Amino acid sequence: MKVGYFPGCSLHATAREFDESLRAVAAVLDIDLEEVQDWACCGASSAHATSHVLSVALPTRTLALAEKQKLDRVLAPCAACYNRLATARYALNHDKKTAAQVQSILGEGFNNSVGVVSIAQLLSEATAEIRRQAKVPLSGWKVACYYGCLLVRPPEVCGFDDAEVPSSLESIVSATGATPVKWDMSLECCGGGFSLSRTASVVRLGRLILQSARNAGAQVIVVACPMCHSNLDFRQKAMLERGGFGDAMPILFLSQLVGLSIGLDPIRLGLHRHFVSTQPLLDRIGAAKSQPEHREQA
Amino acid sequence: MSADSSATQTAGPAVPSASLLSQVRNATGLDPARCYQCGKCSAGCPMAAEMDVKTHEIIRLLQLDLRDRLLAAESIWMCLTCETCTTRCPNGFDPAVVIDALREITLRERPDRVPRNIGAFHSAFLRQIRTHGRVFEVGLVASYKLRSGALLADVGAMPAMLARGKLALAPRRIEGIGEVRRIFDECAKREEPR
Amino acid sequence: MSRIGVFICHCGENIDRTVDCSRVAQTLGELPGVAHSVDYKYMCSDPGQALIKQAIQEKHLDGVVVGACSPHMHEKTFRKAAAGAGLNPFLCEMANLREHCSWIHEDRERATRKAVDLGRFIVEKIKFNRPLSTIFIPVERRALVIGGGIAGIQAALDIADGGREVILVEKEPSIGGHMSQLSETFPTLDCSQCILTPRMVEVAQNPRIKLLAYSEVESVEGYIGNFQVKIRRKARYVDETKCNGCGECQTNCPNKKIPGEFDQGLGMRTAIYVPFPQAVPNIPVIDRANCALFRGRAKGVKKVVCNKCAEVCGRKAVDFDQQDTFVTENVGAIVVATGYQLYSIGKKQDSEMLRGYGEYGYGAIPDVIDGLQFERLASASGPTGGKILRPSDHKEPRTIVFLQCIGSRDPAKGIEYCSKICCMYVAKHTMLFHHKVHDGKAIVFYMDIRAGGKGYDEFVRRAIEESHALYLRGRVSRMYRNGDTIRVHGVDTLSGEPVVIDADMVVLATAMRAQPGIAALAQKLSVSYDQHGFLNEAHPKLRPVETNTAGVFVAGACQAPRDIPDSVAMASATASKVLGLFSKELLEREPLIARVDRLTCTGCFHCERVCPYGAVERLPLKDGKGRLIKIVAEVNQGVCQGCGTCQATCPSKSAELEGFTDEQIYAAVNAL
Repeated sequence: MKVGYFPGCSLHATAREFDESLRAVAAVLDIDLEEVQDWACCGASSAHATSHVLSVALPTRTLALAEKQKLDRVLAPCAACYNRLATARYALNHDKKTAAQVQSILGEGFNNSVGVVSIAQLLSEATAEIRRQAKVPLSGWKVACYYGCLLVRPPEVCGFDDAEVPSSLESIVSATGATPVKWDMSLECCGGGFSLSRTASVVRLGRLILQSARNAGAQVIVVACPMCHSNLDFRQKAMLERGGFGDAMPILFLSQLVGLSIGLDPIRLGLHRHFVSTQPLLDRIGAAKSQPEHREQA
Repeated sequence: MSADSSATQTAGPAVPSASLLSQVRNATGLDPARCYQCGKCSAGCPMAAEMDVKTHEIIRLLQLDLRDRLLAAESIWMCLTCETCTTRCPNGFDPAVVIDALREITLRERPDRVPRNIGAFHSAFLRQIRTHGRVFEVGLVASYKLRSGALLADVGAMPAMLARGKLALAPRRIEGIGEVRRIFDECAKREEPR
Repeated sequence: MSRIGVFICHCGENIDRTVDCSRVAQTLGELPGVAHSVDYKYMCSDPGQALIKQAIQEKHLDGVVVGACSPHMHEKTFRKAAAGAGLNPFLCEMANLREHCSWIHEDRERATRKAVDLGRFIVEKIKFNRPLSTIFIPVERRALVIGGGIAGIQAALDIADGGREVILVEKEPSIGGHMSQLSETFPTLDCSQCILTPRMVEVAQNPRIKLLAYSEVESVEGYIGNFQVKIRRKARYVDETKCNGCGECQTNCPNKKIPGEFDQGLGMRTAIYVPFPQAVPNIPVIDRANCALFRGRAKGVKKVVCNKCAEVCGRKAVDFDQQDTFVTENVGAIVVATGYQLYSIGKKQDSEMLRGYGEYGYGAIPDVIDGLQFERLASASGPTGGKILRPSDHKEPRTIVFLQCIGSRDPAKGIEYCSKICCMYVAKHTMLFHHKVHDGKAIVFYMDIRAGGKGYDEFVRRAIEESHALYLRGRVSRMYRNGDTIRVHGVDTLSGEPVVIDADMVVLATAMRAQPGIAALAQKLSVSYDQHGFLNEAHPKLRPVETNTAGVFVAGACQAPRDIPDSVAMASATASKVLGLFSKELLEREPLIARVDRLTCTGCFHCERVCPYGAVERLPLKDGKGRLIKIVAEVNQGVCQGCGTCQATCPSKSAELEGFTDEQIYAAVNAL
């Protein structure tokens, strides 16, 4: 199966492990990721917070490039990129004024024919294959599936799964053999783009998420967005300092969990790049130690 | 509130075309009259605890066309666009999109009201896209620190980030950077609301 | 040659200010066939009418044209005046010089010329008018009431008290409806069953009321005064004539774990059951889906799996082979009083227009219940004996959060209307909770308080001031299970504060909706309904209990969300309409309906196909020896509504609408 690939800015550096693990898993699941040539940033929050037209024009350029490459769908692993691309596609179909403005900037010839999918949507199409490929027993792993605020909302734009009681991540996690837990903060925002500009808010919000996951019995949180990962992993130290949820909780990208279950090497999956050590999880499945050792947790 | 004379202008038919209410209506295609102030947006807003003016109050001030008070509210910069209010509003209204429009207006008309950190972050971020086509963290962080004055925060984490391969030191420019810059320029010409 | 009288009304200044009335009268007076033409200030007044009568008699007029307001206003007035002077009322017509002329134009010269045209239009038409007589239709003076809730019961009792026979059809095993499930009623806090059951017993004992419980309307034929209704009497598997209501079957039924409908799923019942002790009729019904014997039969099991109830029945009343039966009743009027159901917040909905509340858990969170369930908890005859207990662990809740407007006033979920009763019953619930759990805390999330009835606002104030219910103005964003409690994230918009509450129980005031299956019933009755399924009244202001189908009336919540007093009032109103209808042996109808010329009709029946009311019948014409000549179309005078579609369709010009024949219309058009 071929699908267009829009890594987004963070997957090249701060969330490198997301890109690494996703490519590794895609290869095993027979998903051919074709990167959109010469893609530019989707604009993230800074574009839509300052200029509506820019926030639609930038992603539209990417979709137009994908259409030229004859891709009928594009995967955007970052939930924020996914939401911006999907919103642009939606706006071009439903907001005549904006569509006209964007067309006057980018020119004609783009038919808005490219679909946009999230990693939840893509991998939930492959659960049968994941189940088949699962070699490493992850049974006993209690996993909190963290959707974050942008993966399935708003429902008209995303058009996938349920915007209040989603289940796509749970079905993927179940396919790996791990046990998804029922918890109540799966859609609550982690603080998004405020990591630098309002760090205190991120710490406050992230702590609530970690507490809820811990109370539900989770040992690990699985995420589908580099910002969520960064907020919950990189910023976890400050949350631990405030206390209230026990020991550190490892944060895995969905592709890393799937990769572990199908027996891929933890280094290849980038597990050594996390701030909160994933070693306790790896010890449970007897996986090789992740090198180099970076145990900069609490 | 009594000091703000625009409150008396909302009732009659002769609302001046430059009223904040009509600017937002034109920009978003949404009519704040649809909001019946149930507060479900504020009830679910993750930033409500930190906001001076809550989400539903922002819409109320807009309904009353209280420009000065609204554009001065720090709250409009705290919105995460998490889409919780958008998803749950009983009237299908979209506070997040309205808040974006208010931000755009504030940037143009009252740049002094933009909170320093957040304004610095957005400028730095957009600058990166204009320069490289993509955002590179080192440049972003450096630029942000210079603009915001938050020079020391997170500095201790740099070695750790580097060791984990999470910092790309050499930014690459995309080939189509010319087109990206042209997009920025063209958008600046078309920015609404006027 | 005609002798037509023309009377132009000034309508005070309404017409005269824009139209030169005396000039119009003068000009029309010069038309051939017009024998008399005057203008006057107020034609509809007594002196005005006297002018008409006098002119008819003195000048021997054979037609009257009144140029005035809309016929909707005063056609009846002037026709009556004409009839009073001995002229057939259908030889009197109006030209609308007000709504069609003076009220919509400003230029006096042009308006006057148009008024003349309008007058001439009618003058030429009336030359081809025929004298017509009122049509009389026999009336079957028995009524059918569909629905045995409080509205249906009231309508049935009132019609019976008026001396007429009533058939009351109810689809559930017992009458009583939702009112029988309530604990106390606002604003008096009367025990609901205490005030309802005497009425139920009255219905059962009234010699003029034929009660058909556990029955449904299968089909409806006919028209006002003459309906034939086929009713399906569903099999109870218990012989009504033998059962004495002793209840032994229920006591001995081995399957006692079926969530009961009457207790809204909070209490259990048996497979053979009577829904509640005061049921009328007090005859049980077997629930086939949960009866071991019937399940065995469905699987093809040969032996009798269980027949405990039949064994213990002293009257040998249990009959597993009973079948549905059908009865046909002839009635003259039908009252629809099918009541309501409550909206559910679940993910699966029975209508594409509706969404559930995922943010409140789609109905899967234990101890989140709706208003009717709370009524069953509070009710002394309920599953907890009147104690407010959590369904999950039967512990007494200390904090209950009530949410108003669930589904209602929520266009995103598919319901934009207000359900009217929730503000009142939530206040009532807080008071009941306070009476039973003195230190309990009731918190209400509301958007507005709608308490417009008599004593209603005072009732809500009592809940706040005496029962100390805390009213927070705002909607709740979401709720979820948090350990033993339910965490509720709401807001109080009056203070601007987000509010988080850990509640022991949450009660949702869910929207009132029309009953499931209402669309099918409405289609059988040819009654229209809106996008929500509520039946449409004939006119929202002035004809609230009639429908656009003559002879079919509506009462209660099936027409719109409504409380008990208004439902009862509406039911009595339908009874008065029915008794009015029945006050004469013959029904009078205006003769402005269609007529088919038998000589020219070719029997193509295009008219039958296009008639929206099914008013065309097939009439075989035979000669003196009984041989068939041809089959022609015949208009049923009771059903035809005079729309004229047949006239427009008929290829042989045999179908004509009295008062609007092709001749009349061409004459009028040619006059312009």
